[in-house]
Amino acid sequence: MNINIHIKNGRLIDPKNGIDTVSDLYIVRGKVASLGAIPAGFQDCRVIDAAGLIVCPGLVDLSARLREPGLEYKATLESELKAAVAGGVTSLACPPDTDPPLDEPGLVEMLKHRTKSLDQVHVYPVGALTQKLKGERLTEMAELRDAGCVAFSHADAPLANLHVLMQAMQYASTFGFSVWLRPQEVSLANNGVAHAGEIATRLGLPPIPVCAETIALSNIILLTRETGVKVHLCRISSAEGVAMVRAAKQQGLPITCDIAINHVHLTEMDIGFFDTNCHLVPPLRNLHDRDALCGGLIDGTIDAICSDHAPVDDDAKLLPFGQTEAGATGLELLLSLTFKWATTMNIPLIKALNTVTLAPARVLGIDGGHLTPGAPADICIFDPEEYWKVTASTIQSQGKNTPFLGRELPGRVKFTLTDGNIVYES
Amino acid sequence: MNRNPQLNKHGELQHLLTTEGLPVSILLHILDTAESFAGVTEREVKKIPLLRGKSVFNLFFESSTRTRTTFEIAAKRLSADVINLNIAVSAQSKGETLLDTVNNLSAMHADMFVVRHSQSGAAHMIANHVRSEIHVINAGDGRHAHPTQALLDMFTIRRYKKDFHNLRVAIVGDILHSRVARSQIHALTTLGVPEVRVIAPKTLLPSKVERLGVHVYHDIAQGLKDIDVLIMLRLQNERMLGASLPSPEEYFKYYGLTQEKLSLAKQDAIVMHPGPMNRGVEIDSAVADGKQSVILPQVTFGIAVRMAVMSILAGN
Amino acid sequence: MQLPDAEQLLADLTEQLRPDVDEAVAMIGIHTGGVWVAKRLHQALGISIPLGVLDISFYRDDYSKIGLHPQVKPSDLPFEVEGSRIILVDDVLYTGRTIRAAVNEIFDYGRPACIHLVTLIDRGGRELPIAAQYVGAVLPLPADKMLELRQETDGKMSLGLREIRLPEK
Repeated sequence: MNINIHIKNGRLIDPKNGIDTVSDLYIVRGKVASLGAIPAGFQDCRVIDAAGLIVCPGLVDLSARLREPGLEYKATLESELKAAVAGGVTSLACPPDTDPPLDEPGLVEMLKHRTKSLDQVHVYPVGALTQKLKGERLTEMAELRDAGCVAFSHADAPLANLHVLMQAMQYASTFGFSVWLRPQEVSLANNGVAHAGEIATRLGLPPIPVCAETIALSNIILLTRETGVKVHLCRISSAEGVAMVRAAKQQGLPITCDIAINHVHLTEMDIGFFDTNCHLVPPLRNLHDRDALCGGLIDGTIDAICSDHAPVDDDAKLLPFGQTEAGATGLELLLSLTFKWATTMNIPLIKALNTVTLAPARVLGIDGGHLTPGAPADICIFDPEEYWKVTASTIQSQGKNTPFLGRELPGRVKFTLTDGNIVYES
Repeated sequence: MNRNPQLNKHGELQHLLTTEGLPVSILLHILDTAESFAGVTEREVKKIPLLRGKSVFNLFFESSTRTRTTFEIAAKRLSADVINLNIAVSAQSKGETLLDTVNNLSAMHADMFVVRHSQSGAAHMIANHVRSEIHVINAGDGRHAHPTQALLDMFTIRRYKKDFHNLRVAIVGDILHSRVARSQIHALTTLGVPEVRVIAPKTLLPSKVERLGVHVYHDIAQGLKDIDVLIMLRLQNERMLGASLPSPEEYFKYYGLTQEKLSLAKQDAIVMHPGPMNRGVEIDSAVADGKQSVILPQVTFGIAVRMAVMSILAGN
Repeated sequence: MQLPDAEQLLADLTEQLRPDVDEAVAMIGIHTGGVWVAKRLHQALGISIPLGVLDISFYRDDYSKIGLHPQVKPSDLPFEVEGSRIILVDDVLYTGRTIRAAVNEIFDYGRPACIHLVTLIDRGGRELPIAAQYVGAVLPLPADKMLELRQETDGKMSLGLREIRLPEK
């Protein structure tokens, strides 16, 4: 199916190779063939005029819930992979909190098979760390790896028993698997729905203190040292959390870390008058925390930004705040919001794009997120000048809820290529 | 989203959801109007025709006979038709969502919803989804707000203390779980009370409570010094089941209001309680029934204040 | 346009009323101008029953159109309405709707034996079958004029005329 493609006059940005220049890019048989110089014997089959556009590696999203199997009323693979390519995302990891959870090889194989047949995005399932995500018995991790899992996590399900956690980490380290954990001490979160701060106090919302994150983080860091397992920390939300991760990395522990794009922009204040689209997990914290998260991105303490895509059906959001389901759609906002962050904070675009391309690819352990000749031609081409309004109709995802609903965002995806195929074109 | 959802585009009160963010002029208008309604109850015919032909739906997703009754009396004195729905035991148990219920009732040509719900933000959500001619009164949502209770407390304070601008007010007890306390704090600070104190053990105070403009005390003896108005909050029995407090006895010893502790406040201090009281837990009977207590007048004023709120809303 | 002297009208009204006033008569003024007039008449006639005041905001028939009046004053009838003879006082009698509301409100306190109406000025334009028994002056005015009673700090009253913009038809 692959055709040769010549992308002309675009501003190429490739964090891995330190490239940020206007140049042509040639694709042959699904791979990046060359930058600048025309490859020997290249024959144009399709020319994309990218003048005024930015050409960068396809985005790699470390957390996108596709809701299959079991939660098709919220979203389907078809709808969410369409959303992914509309957002310039060419690789994504999906957490195991489906229904049933991804705790059996058969479920993972089915998911891989379904996504392969749609042939749009590289989907990397993250297997469940314990059976049914109950935090009691380990899953068949090696079998799950063989079925296609790239790592093991507990998603947002509580794992209260530290003995089980330690065993899981030890077992995973036996095979060199990495364990992805979102630090939250369930007894301290105590059914809270908002950051324990001024807004939760004003609105009378059950609070989640910062120590629910830091105490869990402390446990995970100590267990990482104990077991030697590779750990990826998901969705850090607090300034103290960032400081702990920074210290752990300085000690040389095998730790990587991501945050959600919503937390780069928003704080508890955005909840306003009970905006249920701002009911997120972990909760939006205060300005000081948000600034610390951005600082962590800049100094590399935090490796990657993910969309934390979680399509939620309208019924689950049209409830009083505390009864709503947490989560927001994000696949189509990741690029625009990362771009917006870079431009408003004066961060070099190459550095900002690194957090959504190369850095997450490295966490996943895949060869992707860069434009080195020979690499798979996973590419995103976007217009940095075009603004678009986030509305239910401009979003492809079946989940229409996001704190950014109704806002204008910069950066519109024009083409998305996966393995050299044009999977999205607007 | 940034516009105060309680006000219509002319800046008039469209819904009453919280006392937070309301202009002082609206609070005073409610209190002044309530003064006029206070006299209605002494007439031969305790009824005025203002809301004749209007339908007021009491939507109680959380049962509360007291509050529902005062709203019912207020609406009936205004000649409205009152429909009481105890939804805790009907639609919700059949899987109908909150909004389904509200939409169904809107279709029955309701003019006003009085909403009580266990979840913070329920009244806001309903107000955001009803047709623009329907008015919503929050009769208590989770831990968030109970504006009519706070307004009747302000009415009571003004009756006994005349002016808000030279008062020290102390709110004692479970601030953390109290929607009444939150609404009182916003009303008091808006009306110009220079010093509002909250007095409680740390387990009953929400984080950053000082951001609401209050002074925090843990020692009731210090906290009651020079106080003009004491508001005692109800301590719910379920707090004893969790880890908030060790026992009612210890709570009463350190935070319960006795004559002895009351003597630390100003000589002419008044004692208030939103009810229902736990005698011997947060307040001693001798104080509750004593000469400084204005707890029963609070209940009476509650009807006039709710009449005022309803008549102002229905006219906007 | 020459407006009548309010003080002179008050004096005329006092004399009109005097033959019909005895110790069983009660007087009620309607907020705000009616209360000013009633206070003066009440004093001049030496009425012994304390003066009643009515704020008819809660009984207005235009509530559903214009909402509640921003400054509602408490009504206070400090006597037994049941069976009493009442002189109701307003400053300007126009459509009759204020009087309708006032009569309704009075009946919510009890059933009076009779109500007589006093007005300083009858400006015509009645929309309800209401008439005053005691009138200071009859002064027909077009709808775009508003007749106002003013009270000086020394208690002296005067009449004033204002243009008002009529709502579009």
